[in-house]
Amino acid sequence: MAINCTVNKKKVSLDIDPNTPLLWALRDHLSLLGTKYGCGIAQCGACTVWVNGEPTRSCVLPISAVSNALITTIEGLDPAGKHPVQVAWDELDVPQCGYCQAGQIMTAAGLLKKNPQPTDQEIVDGMSGNICRCGTYHRIQEAVKLASKKTKK
Amino acid sequence: MKTSRRDFIQKTALFTGVFTLGFDWFSAEASPMEVVAGAGRFNAFLSIDSLGKITLFSPNPEIGQGIKTAFPVVVAEELDVDWAQVQVEQANLDTKQFERQLTGGSGALKHSWERLRKAGATVRKMMMQAAANQWKVDVAQCKTSKGFVLGPAGQKASYGSLAEAASTLPVPSDVTFKDRKDYKIIGTRVKGVDNKNVVTGKPLFGIDIRKPGMVFAQIVRPPFGATLKSFSAEDVKKMPGILDVVSFKNKVAIVGENTYAILQARASLTCDYSSEAPLESNDTHANWFDEGMKSDKAQVMRKDGDFAAAIASAAKVIEATYECPFISHSPMEPMNFFADVKADSVLLAGPTQVPQPAQKAVSDLLKIPVDKIQVELSKMGGGFGRRLSNDFVLEAAELSSIIKKPVLVMWTREDDMTGGTYRPAARYRFKAGLDKNGEIIAFALRGVGLNAGNSTRQDNFPVGAIENVLIESIDQKSAVTTGPWRAPITNFLGFAEQAFLDEVAEAAGKDPIQMRLALLEKVKTKPVGKITYEPARFEEVIKQVAEKAQWKKKPGVHQGFSVYYSHLSYVAQIAEVKVEKGKPKVTKVTAVTDCGEVVNLSGAENQVKGAIIDGMGHALFAKLNFQKGVASPANFNAYRMIRGNEIPVIEAHFVNNGIAPTGLGEPALPPTGGSIANAIYAATKKRHYKQPFN
Repeated sequence: MAINCTVNKKKVSLDIDPNTPLLWALRDHLSLLGTKYGCGIAQCGACTVWVNGEPTRSCVLPISAVSNALITTIEGLDPAGKHPVQVAWDELDVPQCGYCQAGQIMTAAGLLKKNPQPTDQEIVDGMSGNICRCGTYHRIQEAVKLASKKTKK
Repeated sequence: MKTSRRDFIQKTALFTGVFTLGFDWFSAEASPMEVVAGAGRFNAFLSIDSLGKITLFSPNPEIGQGIKTAFPVVVAEELDVDWAQVQVEQANLDTKQFERQLTGGSGALKHSWERLRKAGATVRKMMMQAAANQWKVDVAQCKTSKGFVLGPAGQKASYGSLAEAASTLPVPSDVTFKDRKDYKIIGTRVKGVDNKNVVTGKPLFGIDIRKPGMVFAQIVRPPFGATLKSFSAEDVKKMPGILDVVSFKNKVAIVGENTYAILQARASLTCDYSSEAPLESNDTHANWFDEGMKSDKAQVMRKDGDFAAAIASAAKVIEATYECPFISHSPMEPMNFFADVKADSVLLAGPTQVPQPAQKAVSDLLKIPVDKIQVELSKMGGGFGRRLSNDFVLEAAELSSIIKKPVLVMWTREDDMTGGTYRPAARYRFKAGLDKNGEIIAFALRGVGLNAGNSTRQDNFPVGAIENVLIESIDQKSAVTTGPWRAPITNFLGFAEQAFLDEVAEAAGKDPIQMRLALLEKVKTKPVGKITYEPARFEEVIKQVAEKAQWKKKPGVHQGFSVYYSHLSYVAQIAEVKVEKGKPKVTKVTAVTDCGEVVNLSGAENQVKGAIIDGMGHALFAKLNFQKGVASPANFNAYRMIRGNEIPVIEAHFVNNGIAPTGLGEPALPPTGGSIANAIYAATKKRHYKQPFN
């Protein structure tokens, strides 16, 4: 039976193995390639998307669990790149290779949605589940802070 | 500065309203420039359209080092245009137009600095000449600013409006470069040209490649040293979404319609292996290190004076042994590559640091001429040297040739971590002899590497300052595959050397910084043998870091010092450690880097901070174990990567000396293990001799 859900405000129907992790459904079946594979075991955060507004590791979440859910991927955060987190990421020139950044941004935007003015420690804690192999951590943390300021205005 | 005709090509009116000025970014004086063939085929060029938009094609593979931003910055500076006018595109492999179209060795800017400046400055001069002709004035009276030529009577013409006329002019043989005090872009903070695409999730990477008719595949590889005997394909072939199961070179490839189908099929696949020699385990490697240390077959890499006599006469001898394991590169984007092999042509696409060798290797494998093999470059999700080995390209090409379909071969994280081409494991033994005044009179290093090639860097400081030196290397052959890992060899040797010097300084009763400065003074006044580094540049980074980090002037703060020269750049570091709940914690690293001219300050800071975090993370946590030819751990749950809550404050300073730029992708990494270990020692009196520390 097909799984119906909403991805980036579009209704989609996935008639595939219900055990398929959401990550591969997005990438291989919906051609949404912005969400990245990093480890497949929910350790690195590269695959982070929102499920009903909650940052979620899509690599271990079967699509059977997202029936009727609202899913937001990096492509749907703000396609024009005007979300405060995206703007802050560009302004502070966060990316090096850029591969993990979709997951970082979805985690950061999720964090700020829940806690628009996090303390420095809350930012560090909130972002430390996401690995960046290039080591852009300082700028990630600074960019979350900057995005928080932008959101406040 | 001379520009020869062959460095430059001009093409006019390929398209209405557009003309391109091509230049060879990498031309060797000896190689004649080929003419760019055919409209729409863009290779080495700078194009200016009639609206004044400038397109720069960046030839080198972008891996996160920022070259796709830094190269065009240099061209745009000398062209004297506004950065906002510039559009940057990635060029694909073109061996006719480009030299050194690769990512490795932190060598791109060093190689291309003159070429890039010439490319911009020459076109700028042609624009001025075209304007001078139009206004009937002397070109010497013309100036440029932000993509405009300005005339003596207030005339103003955009590069776009002058482009067609400029293209018909002879290429000037002499161009002058800007004075660096007039730089408007170089040395500023320039944001990555791909940022917008990254933050909106555009498909930029190899893993994102999709081509018509493409299938997916994963490959099961044997333990190191093992041979594939048999595998169970029949049931796997019948699984949903599976198209084929084929074997080549001891590997089994599962071809399918999508990733999840293949992952499930893999779980059902069983492979039987055999081996002639015993498969390697941790103990095997430890034995090989022991043997190498005892061996009388070491290759002498450098010999100054008489080490044996000097050490025998020493008042004090310091000896220490350091060891590092095999480690994985673990870029966030695992290996992958696309190949479409047809009877007489091949399309390769994906992330490789060395596209030309990839093309050549595939040509050799498939017996298809290189000119029939096209290579498209994708952005690389990191690499750290892993993508210098083209094993993953060859696999994709071979598989496509067998299944006769375009295929994207994807490595899982487990494949990537256990599939080889690691940083080689190595053991180092240092000996130093001090005279009664605490001066170093003898210095020896023996490196034993496992598939490391020369595991030493025999000319490294303090060699050059010491009368009696013996540097030896032994390479033990292992079935475990190895390759360059960010700052090859020095990524660990740097730690060992700098930690050892700290120990020597203590034994000599000297301050570690003062001891190094005294050694450098000797290199200046009484150099011993070949000197490969510039002592004055060493001294400058050392003095600056001591001042910036307030060396030994911060009560209660435990500091460790290191300094390193690699890839033609100099980096000095001071790490600070405090003890929290009985455990040392690295709180700050101050780094002073001399990489010559800093082209993009934002990118440069990113490289230094990233390399320090990389060096620290791997020094603290990384290790692969071997059991019967199989590496573990296989994923990030047990193979610890440093995270955002574990990083110190990092200050990245740069020496402002205007020397032509040198490497920066790697040089800040090698000193990191040393500065941290030395600071940990200052805090705890415990020395680290092995990586990982934890």
